[in-house]
Amino acid sequence: MTTRIVDLRKGILEKNDLLAQSLRGRFTDAGVRVSNWVSSPGSGKTALLEALLTTAVERGISAAALVGDCATDNDAIRLARSGAPVRQIVTESMCHLESEMISTYLEGWDLATIDLLVVENVGNLVCPTAYDLGEDTRVALISVTEGEDKPLKYPQLFHSADVIVITKTDIAAAVEWDRDAALAAIRSVNPAAPIVETSARTGDGVLDLLDLLISTLTPTHSTQLQEAP
Amino acid sequence: MHELSVAHAVVSTVLDALPSPDTRVLQVRLRVGELSGLVPQALEFAYDVAAQGTPLADAVLVIERSPIIIACSTCGDQPIASATDFRCPVCGEPCGDVVGGKELEILDITLDDTALANADLVGA
Repeated sequence: MTTRIVDLRKGILEKNDLLAQSLRGRFTDAGVRVSNWVSSPGSGKTALLEALLTTAVERGISAAALVGDCATDNDAIRLARSGAPVRQIVTESMCHLESEMISTYLEGWDLATIDLLVVENVGNLVCPTAYDLGEDTRVALISVTEGEDKPLKYPQLFHSADVIVITKTDIAAAVEWDRDAALAAIRSVNPAAPIVETSARTGDGVLDLLDLLISTLTPTHSTQLQEAP
Repeated sequence: MHELSVAHAVVSTVLDALPSPDTRVLQVRLRVGELSGLVPQALEFAYDVAAQGTPLADAVLVIERSPIIIACSTCGDQPIASATDFRCPVCGEPCGDVVGGKELEILDITLDDTALANADLVGA
């Protein structure tokens, strides 16, 4: 038998990564800030996103959302109440979003009219970590009802996050949330990312998060925002 | 459980690289970083499923793990032992600047070239 070794040196997810890069170029050109929200199911992503979109609309910021779930369009219906355009990506049991889905579901939206696009990933702390969606900011969320050591249990995600959000802080005392232990766990896997403590119910931290996600708006967009009523 | 998606991506990338669709693949060598979020055992299992009925069906999957390496501003590039403690192993300073460990790549493939070699002989 004759054998031959062929050097490939190819990224396994190259197809996804190339499309994500091209999406990132489109987002940058259109001046859209894009964040990719990743957390476990039930951590309060949708409630916080609802509060964030409502605040954005009130402040004249043009925000939109793509929400991923394995089934149902419940989240899209719920989020549309904010007045922002929202589309549901139903993944049919797939455990993460890929850049091709983002590209498909963006069709028909004029990116030039959007300032902030939030992609709510499928609730899962493992699989979405490997897939670039073309976002500029990856957000990892942890609720006070989860264990303080969750960042240590899922270090890949929390390490890869650009912003870490703590949710449901209004019930922190009731569930005996150990804030110091949680912050130490986060810092142990991610020494530098900003940490935002939020409550969708009281509105605490929502504006801070919004400011952080749109903080590098292009001058054109900032001007448009100031002129908005 | 995204190992199946990753395994399908491996198979489809290798199929694209074959000189002819009936070339048999004997071995596929991957590099999977400790920070890639992939579990080698799960990937091996998923690969067996994804490779069925393809020229990769009998190919051995070899997975090389690569360590997490941080770029400490004082001590330079240093491997760390665990993804749960991003501190320089030498000076102890926290450091999130990662220069290695996220790899997810196909290094090389070994092909059975017998058919192609015979074709060359016939052609000669």
